[in-house]
Amino acid sequence: MAEATATTRSVSSSPEPPRETLAQRSRWKRLLSPLPILTGFLAVCVITMLVVILWNIVAGGVGRLTWEFMTGAPTHGMTEGGIFPAIFGTVFLVLLMTIAVIPLGVATAIYLRYYARPDAWFARAVRVAVNNLAGVPAIVFGLFGLGFFIQFVGRGIDNAFFGGALTFGQPAIIWASLTLALLTLPVVIVATEEAMRTIPNDYLEASYALGATRWQTISRVVLPNSLTGILTGGILAVSRGAGEVAPIMFTGAAYFLPYLPKKLNDQFMELGYHVYVMSTQSPDVEATLPVLYSTVLVLLLLTFALNALGVLIRYRLRGRQAV
Amino acid sequence: MKYVITSAAFAAIAVIVLIFVFIGREALPVFTSPEVHEEVTIAKMVTPLEWRASKPKTYVWQPVSEVPKYSLFPLVLGSLKATFVAILFATPFAVGAAMYSSEFAPRQAREIIKPVIEMLAGIPSVVLGFFALIVLAGWLKDTFDWKYRLNATTAGIALGIAVIPIIYTVAEEALRAVPRQYREAGQALGASPWQIARRVVLPAAAPGIMAAVALGFGRAIGETMIVLMASGNAATWTLPLTDSVRTMSATIAAEMAEVVNGSAHYHVLFFVGALLFVVTFLINLLGEMYVGRLKRRLTGSAG
Repeated sequence: MAEATATTRSVSSSPEPPRETLAQRSRWKRLLSPLPILTGFLAVCVITMLVVILWNIVAGGVGRLTWEFMTGAPTHGMTEGGIFPAIFGTVFLVLLMTIAVIPLGVATAIYLRYYARPDAWFARAVRVAVNNLAGVPAIVFGLFGLGFFIQFVGRGIDNAFFGGALTFGQPAIIWASLTLALLTLPVVIVATEEAMRTIPNDYLEASYALGATRWQTISRVVLPNSLTGILTGGILAVSRGAGEVAPIMFTGAAYFLPYLPKKLNDQFMELGYHVYVMSTQSPDVEATLPVLYSTVLVLLLLTFALNALGVLIRYRLRGRQAV
Repeated sequence: MKYVITSAAFAAIAVIVLIFVFIGREALPVFTSPEVHEEVTIAKMVTPLEWRASKPKTYVWQPVSEVPKYSLFPLVLGSLKATFVAILFATPFAVGAAMYSSEFAPRQAREIIKPVIEMLAGIPSVVLGFFALIVLAGWLKDTFDWKYRLNATTAGIALGIAVIPIIYTVAEEALRAVPRQYREAGQALGASPWQIARRVVLPAAAPGIMAAVALGFGRAIGETMIVLMASGNAATWTLPLTDSVRTMSATIAAEMAEVVNGSAHYHVLFFVGALLFVVTFLINLLGEMYVGRLKRRLTGSAG
């Protein structure tokens, strides 16, 4: 009804003949035909799913989110106390992961953008590998971590330096973080490359015109200018790595530990794994539920907030590219 | 410096190769080792087994019973059932939202939808698993009065939420790759936007949307935490989608931690992992090649 009056008014007020223009006609058809309504409804459904999940977890978990909870250790069979060991383990884990993944990812991005000819078979193979790496299931990374890092590298180190005594040939934080580093490698590469694409060619040409070598140009011009992108990549990688459980289940995460990890070959507690353990292995899920909800909220805040931050920076970067 | 950079780039290729080699290395004894063959052979994995004297032979996965049984079919069926539900659930929402944001949405709406999808992709799978286990399973069981609280459909729906982002992203890209000239040609012939979307854009982008669904399938079949937490983890050889299932990925996750290194069970789990890896790798490779070719064709014919 309201729409019909609006049409008449716009038609009568226009100086053109009272027949609607093609653009007007298509606009009204666009609003009234069933497909936009249906697809728009489906889009709203997707948004609703996100809101329902977030709302449920925030509402369920916010009550217990106290300082004591964040800094205490689990007690009473994980139905009371805090989650500090899990937070500590997660931070330690993603720190090690970041140290491993950033240099490798940034170097690969530099190669793809500044060293490789885009049609060279090697560059194409690197690209295919990166894309495929992003699609390898997390559990397969876990198996790989076990088969390669622990059974092959770790055992190798033990045999070479520790006379075969079990030191590195067992689940440990170093192996879990390296496994995660491989899993998040594509994230860092893609984000860094995207940032490098926004650097104006003039900068590079100016640098070359001053007689700088390629490496000088990369280290003095490219890297400083893509710092935001590298940061974004790091943030997204951390947010992804902190949320993955499958790759660390048998490469180093522990059910419960009375101490914090101090050495590279220690096991560790981790937030995501803690959530899994509490929700499936607890003898009394009802009693664990309040603590469980708050743990999920902490994990979500960590991963989700970081991810949102990364996405935000990325959108701003893209905006800069458009200008 | 050039060599340092190039060798770093080589790492990505090396990792893929190493995954093949090292998972293959731990899976290989299933084919070759006589000790493993005392417990299980490939033939035993794919033929019906006797599990109780009075009952007919069937496919059973019971790796820690007196006579270990390693039928792969219940696990494969479990993975397929959960993935089937996930794709059935995710595709309408993901493709619909992609269509809305590429064809109809005003700019502001698009600027909400895209970040929301990226946020959805940022929810860790263990959190979705938790949500499915604690909240969704109860809702669904009460609504539909199912026999089992945790089953293929519950896990599949949560899995579907997890794969909406990837299907959306690839489908939206495919829709966007349809040249403007196609749409303008439709308009010039007097077609309504609905007709254009249905008769011009959708057919042109259909292969890309198929690829999006295939990539979603690849993601769903490898996803672990959600099915581990919400599928019930019973390796059943039955058809109903409301029965509990145990998927390939969840089997690895649940059993690898308790298995003796180097035992037959250990090698069989690696064999399951190798299967999973090969399947997802092929799907990703084909999907990616397909999307690439489609884009070149569409943009090529536009220029």
